[in-house]
Amino acid sequence: MAALINVPAKAKRGDIIEIRTLTSHIMETGFRHTVEGALVPRDIITSFTCRYNGTEIFRADLFPAIAANPYLSFFTIAKESGKFEFEWTGDNGYSTTASASITVE
Amino acid sequence: MILWRAIAAAILFAGIPALLAGEIPPDARRSGYSFMGPDTRAMQDDDTSNPGMLFVLDGETLWRKKTGSADKSCADCHGDARSSMKGVAARYPAFDKALARPVTLDQRINLCRTNHQQATPLPYESRDILTLSAFVAHQSRGIAITAGEDPRLAPFVEQGRKLYLQREGQLNLACTNCHDDNFDKRLAGSPITQAQPTGYPLYRLEWQTLGSLERRLRSCMTGVRAQAYEYGAPELVALELYLMSRARGMPMETPAIRP
Repeated sequence: MAALINVPAKAKRGDIIEIRTLTSHIMETGFRHTVEGALVPRDIITSFTCRYNGTEIFRADLFPAIAANPYLSFFTIAKESGKFEFEWTGDNGYSTTASASITVE
Repeated sequence: MILWRAIAAAILFAGIPALLAGEIPPDARRSGYSFMGPDTRAMQDDDTSNPGMLFVLDGETLWRKKTGSADKSCADCHGDARSSMKGVAARYPAFDKALARPVTLDQRINLCRTNHQQATPLPYESRDILTLSAFVAHQSRGIAITAGEDPRLAPFVEQGRKLYLQREGQLNLACTNCHDDNFDKRLAGSPITQAQPTGYPLYRLEWQTLGSLERRLRSCMTGVRAQAYEYGAPELVALELYLMSRARGMPMETPAIRP
């Protein structure tokens, strides 16, 4: 599934940087019914994590009230050059990853 | 008596401009973007926060994927969409010689699938057709709309214009009653726009997904409690063509965000 990540390519050591992520997911609440009356089963992302060179720096739990294609933005301090790894996990064994690199001067 | 006549005449004449109101002058045309709040505008402006871009990315993958019994991808014939598809969506719906009628971009993609890829056509509003048309239309972002310039389209543009002016449904409203005569006012708290289809297929927050102009037209028809035309109906294509030709010269925004 497609994901859009916005991490600054370069930053100064100690800078506060914003990370923005957007991923593709229907986020079906599990509260809706079809025209025939059958319940549409819940299918949501339940967890998001971000690791910076292997260390977890941000984690979020997601719930049925969150809109489709969840967008998350958060801040961290640029400490060293390296890689951000993102992981979304959810219902029905859903799991998707993305990554972005940063150069810290 | 004379006074009453004068009042009646005044009321009558005051009513005339409202009845004659209609066409929006070219320089007064505004994209739906200008009716949105700053948050929604910011969402559209940043490609990493615009969920429509997720569909464009998926469309790019599909563009390169071989399909059908011909085992060909879109890219095998059309090459790099960045150059080959530039400005294409801005002239759709376009006239199809073989069918002797206008076809929408979605219909063109499906014609290509059946004729050249020998693949099954994609259902209207399915994720695959939306991602493909979003990817193709995205190549025209910023390009002025040219739809309806082909003289063979003239009768269909006229058919679309008539439908646009035609009152329908239990509320007995025509498109023009809201979108020409009352734009910039509000309907149940939401701004009434000019119905300029500059950003389709677009991501509607209410839908939580991408949708076509036909979906938007159908939901307007349901809104006035009329029986909506089926997807791909000649009437919907004509309406789409009229709306696009009405927005001629305005820049494409695909994938736009709308509330």
